[in-house]
Amino acid sequence: MTVDRDEFRESFFEECDELLEAMHDGFDRLSGQQDDEETMHAVFRAVHSIKGGAGAFGLNHLVRFAHHFETALDKVRSGKLDLDDELLDLFRQCGDNLSDLVGAAREGGDTPCPGTGTLNERLDDVLGTDGHVEDPEEPEFEPVVLDFGDFDLPGDDSGMSIRFTALPGLFKSGNDPVVLFAALEKLGTVEVTADLADIGDLDSLEPGVCAIRWTIDYSGNATEEEVREVFEFVEDLCTLEIEVKSPGLPDLDAEVPDLPADLLPSVASLDPVKADGATLDKGARPKERSGAKQDQDDRKPGGTIRVDLEKIDKLINLVGELVIKEAMLAQSIADLGPPSESEISVGFESLKALAGEIQEGVMAIRAQPVKPMFQRMARIVREAASATGKKVRFVTNGEYTEVDKTVVERLVDPLTHMIRNAVDHGLEKSEARVAAGKPAEGTVTLSAAHRSGRVMIDISDDGGGINRDRVRQIAVERGLINESDSLSPSEIENLLFLPGFSSASEVSELSGRGVGLDVVRSEIHRLGGRVSIQSDPGEGTTFSISLPLTLAVLEGMIIQVAGQTMVVPISAIQETLQPKSAAIHDIATGGRLVRNRDGLVPIIDVGEFFGFRSEPRDLDPHVLLLIESDDSHRYALVVDEIQDQRQVVIKSLETNYQQIDGIAAATILGDGRIALIIDPDNIVRGSGAKMAGDLNLQLAV
Amino acid sequence: MEDIALETRKTFLEVVAFRVANQDFCFDLKSVREIRGWTETTILPKAQPYVKGVINLRGSVVPVVDLSERLGLGATDPGPRHVIIITVLGNQTVGLLAELVSDILTVAETDIQPIPDMIDETVRKFISGVLVMDDRMIRKMELSTIIASDGRGLG
Repeated sequence: MTVDRDEFRESFFEECDELLEAMHDGFDRLSGQQDDEETMHAVFRAVHSIKGGAGAFGLNHLVRFAHHFETALDKVRSGKLDLDDELLDLFRQCGDNLSDLVGAAREGGDTPCPGTGTLNERLDDVLGTDGHVEDPEEPEFEPVVLDFGDFDLPGDDSGMSIRFTALPGLFKSGNDPVVLFAALEKLGTVEVTADLADIGDLDSLEPGVCAIRWTIDYSGNATEEEVREVFEFVEDLCTLEIEVKSPGLPDLDAEVPDLPADLLPSVASLDPVKADGATLDKGARPKERSGAKQDQDDRKPGGTIRVDLEKIDKLINLVGELVIKEAMLAQSIADLGPPSESEISVGFESLKALAGEIQEGVMAIRAQPVKPMFQRMARIVREAASATGKKVRFVTNGEYTEVDKTVVERLVDPLTHMIRNAVDHGLEKSEARVAAGKPAEGTVTLSAAHRSGRVMIDISDDGGGINRDRVRQIAVERGLINESDSLSPSEIENLLFLPGFSSASEVSELSGRGVGLDVVRSEIHRLGGRVSIQSDPGEGTTFSISLPLTLAVLEGMIIQVAGQTMVVPISAIQETLQPKSAAIHDIATGGRLVRNRDGLVPIIDVGEFFGFRSEPRDLDPHVLLLIESDDSHRYALVVDEIQDQRQVVIKSLETNYQQIDGIAAATILGDGRIALIIDPDNIVRGSGAKMAGDLNLQLAV
Repeated sequence: MEDIALETRKTFLEVVAFRVANQDFCFDLKSVREIRGWTETTILPKAQPYVKGVINLRGSVVPVVDLSERLGLGATDPGPRHVIIITVLGNQTVGLLAELVSDILTVAETDIQPIPDMIDETVRKFISGVLVMDDRMIRKMELSTIIASDGRGLG
């Protein structure tokens, strides 16, 4: 029973997530075009459904606030209030607060969030009432009953079957089921049946435990909520199952009469010309409505199931094993050397294709659209905007881009930080913007897209851009670079990622101090991603994050170095070079450079970096991999041989061992042995001291 | 009468006994997941000398520690006759390289004697007691210091 209830609870909260998403969507649409009645209805419905569900779970604070919020929404919906920017802003804040309350309730505490009181007062101001004493439902529903007396309202004569089981504590606390049943009788007709099946022998009878269970057939016009209220005081001392007998969806039914109810009076009170318009309007609306319905219907047949994440991960692991086994088998088959058209080869090829498809399919289960995360960011923007007193428009693109669940989750913190930064540091104050000939309202854009097997997320603002002189000055003050160092614009921008660097002249409360972009950068690194900045003075700044689609597999190049097999992520490799044809130059500090189209590129020997060997003098028999690091620096890694290019399953080294400099993770190769996956950026940083010219930057990063 | 009462209160312990650098060691059998033959490891860069590398244990990456080197008894040159004792401590799985596994013994906890004070600190760190059986002296190894659960012990 309690398990059931937990399950209901969980599905209620999941539904809440969807409803909140719909609500936020609605606000976005409303801010775009005014007076969209259908959207207003959708928002109202969302809040109303949350309220209804919350009532069933006895989440009183949530119900109270949702009711208040809903009353205000209804005023707008029925045309009694005009929705202006200010009101929409209040609604958005209420929406955020509602999310908070739902979140708090989910965590188990039905507690008022700090902002609730103020928002309630502001809602009262808007409503011109004292919402607290208002009796829920009554005033709103009265006209409905009058106009459509023949409508079968859900509250009317609904029957319920209530199963009541007393827990041991019920009697100890002085409660008596009879009193409860009597109270229930006041709400309608009650027929109580006792279930004596569990009563044992006299010997085994425990005086404090009630072995009788009751089934109560209730008929009357009370809602489930009201029935639950009767049992409110013994909520924890009994288990209560309520089954509503009347068929149909109460929520939808409740909504239907509302539509004509608010249409009819308005039509009647309008003058003839306008009434014409209204009739047209009326004709058009059912269409819209059916369209909206269809949207819902479209989603339904596909359906979703809730699956424990652990199960999926187990499956992903198993598929990983399958892929490894497949590679091992491929090797054994190759060793046997059957002709390529033989049954075994053909069969194996199709097995391979199947395994690949299964792997893709399993990975897709973990993929989630970034939309909910983007919506969270919308809120961050609003909060940051009100904290800084700036006007900000938030634009999102590609919110249906799908990314691995873990990636999405771990991206929230870095993104929050960058969004705050964009509003706080990126955008100028309105006056400054107007002075610069820009609209007073700043724009922050968040976009996501799939590009060549990776996910690109851009955060851009149309602010003043990065003040490079100021950044440089701070870096000199903090001793991060020397006064005399000459740095390219992009190098200066990358200084922002150094630990302890904060570009705001004064520490602002919002974006914190100094602990900023370096943390963002390392978190993104941990996800196998990269982040870079582009900034145009006066035009704005864009942070670009590139992330792997999944944390489970990686497209890698299998290489040999000093007798060790290793993997280099393809995403990092720009091109491969044969040293024989490339011009290699020694430089005085002991490093070597290779020249290619774009200039001189420093050389790092992977074997030497990992301590497998000392750097070979003659690079001719080796291969150079040209790598571009996050901060757009290029390096050439020396390896001995490129063996293969394939997808590898990422295995954590940290589970049983620890992190190693220059190593991102491990994988298992076809022969069943482990190969380490190189983290090229980390190698570059680790051997930074050898980089001529970039000396300080490299040391610092 | 009192003796009997004491007798029954004795707690017994199952230990796995193995040999490293011609010395006998043991630890709690409960920590052992399996024992397997030596397989070539993948070398870990910048690791402590006693970390022989990592092996693939049914899809998990498991580091292998050369016990002889760890105890300061010289590096092992592993061959097909050597064994890897896969142990689990907390959430961490680690393979321990030994010469051979000799027995699984049931011993009373009271049979394990404390090691004399005069023995130096390094040994005391890894050895928590001594078990004398017939003419053998089996050292009880302190797994937690060999494998620090945070991984730093291997670093």
